[in-house]
Amino acid sequence: MNLEEAKQAVIDDFSLYDEWLDKYEYLIELGKNLEAFDESHKTEDRLIKGCQSRVWLDWRLEDGKLFFTADSDAIITKGIISLLIGVYSGRTPAEIAGDDFAFVSAIGLQENLSPTRVGGLRSMIETIQRIAAENA
Amino acid sequence: MIHNMQNIRAQFPQLQEKVYGKALVYLDNAATSLRPQSVIDCWQEMALRYNANVHRAVHKTASEATLRYEAARKAVAAHIGAASEKEIVFTSGDTAALNLVARCFGTAFIGEGDEIIVAQSEHHSNLVPWQMICKEKGAVLKCLPVDESGHLQIELLPQLLTERTKLVCVADISNVLGLRNPVAQIVRLAHEKGCPVLVDGAQGIVHENIDVQALDCDFYTFSGHKVYAAPGTGVLYAKRKWLEAMPPYMGGGEMIESVAWEGSTYAAPPYRFEAGTPNIAGVPTLVPALEMARLLNSADIAAEADAVRDFVLESLSSIPGLRLFGVPADRQEKLPIFSFTVEGAHHEDLALLLDKMGIAVRSGQMCAEPLMTRFGVTGMLRASFAPYNTMEEAEFFVASLKKAISMLI
Repeated sequence: MNLEEAKQAVIDDFSLYDEWLDKYEYLIELGKNLEAFDESHKTEDRLIKGCQSRVWLDWRLEDGKLFFTADSDAIITKGIISLLIGVYSGRTPAEIAGDDFAFVSAIGLQENLSPTRVGGLRSMIETIQRIAAENA
Repeated sequence: MIHNMQNIRAQFPQLQEKVYGKALVYLDNAATSLRPQSVIDCWQEMALRYNANVHRAVHKTASEATLRYEAARKAVAAHIGAASEKEIVFTSGDTAALNLVARCFGTAFIGEGDEIIVAQSEHHSNLVPWQMICKEKGAVLKCLPVDESGHLQIELLPQLLTERTKLVCVADISNVLGLRNPVAQIVRLAHEKGCPVLVDGAQGIVHENIDVQALDCDFYTFSGHKVYAAPGTGVLYAKRKWLEAMPPYMGGGEMIESVAWEGSTYAAPPYRFEAGTPNIAGVPTLVPALEMARLLNSADIAAEADAVRDFVLESLSSIPGLRLFGVPADRQEKLPIFSFTVEGAHHEDLALLLDKMGIAVRSGQMCAEPLMTRFGVTGMLRASFAPYNTMEEAEFFVASLKKAISMLI
């Protein structure tokens, strides 16, 4: 799946649910299914600043592509970061750095999170963008 | 009784609001209360008809505005049982009132090596100002700890109080634990050692009819916005002897007696502490707000609120993995402020899911980080009820909480 297809797939998945409670249920499932994160990697430098719950993001560069792993102590937050890394993991830094992340607005995530959590979401996106820019 | 409650709810317009198409169930009252129509009307009238600066001009509108502003001072004094309205200083809120005491009392009475005792359960507003003044003066901040159930370890107070203790600062009700603190006993113990006591009434003013003279506390502070009044209003009650002994901390208009280049003399209290233009539209709303508080604390409504409290208390204790902070020895000492964690379900997730069900609760550290540290948690979920919350809402909250937990675990 290329980047555009991956983003469209998330938009399609989200459009299956009318109620936001159901969309949250979907995010909870994503969070629960997120690949296990190495406990020893839960360090201060991997912590994303600006989130109300703690979110750790780790990355590695392999064959010119960025791969992300993440964890959070809150499951919905974990679902959100899972959604992001599901789309952007395995892409080249240039591809990620050149993307506008607009699909996040398309699924209406911002409107349905509280302002502090929107700030957290923005921090997650900015961290991914920064890592991509540093490796581009 | 039911009839009464419906009438009362009809007076709070925001209770008719919907969120996500669902009836709003507002359980974040410890953060700020909703406002009754009487307060909104008063506030609007002050803006529409009586907008003039107080205490200054001779014109008619200014005198009307001043009358309403000063009527609020009398109403506050009467409501809390102050000896005189001259003991009531208006501030922008509880935080400003506490900072005022820290600064002014601190300047006059705190020196190097002196001590201030603050309860471990205090919110940041009743802790950080004391840290600041202690740091500045080289004074020592001492902690009156809470035990595992959330009760103040009052038995430790006599040994904490020394000849160097200048002030004891404690809330009558913690915004997290929701337990009635034994403030009368604290006042007695402190006074025996000649030490004054500041009671932070941010939560207490909502749930109790306070009598500062009976309590004999030296200072009592609260915010208007938590007790149905306009935001940006606050009250400092201080015994006259303290107000007269404290220097002002803000200079400006209306706090002076006479100003010359060589220096100024200050007005008598309370005006000495009210420099600048105050919240001229907001302060008069304290009159209808405190009338509402008295009505909501009347016996029949309080009985209904107690039933809601008992139901929530029992329901929460039956949820597996739920840990309540502030566990009463006797339910009468518990106010309807419920902070808890649920094993395996993060407080933020619970708050998000409850929000989508139309329920407004608080999650996080509740402006009381040392208390979170005390209990070894990163945050809690808090549902705080006001007397206008019904049993039906409480039942919906408990059912929704159970549903949210089952979604997460």
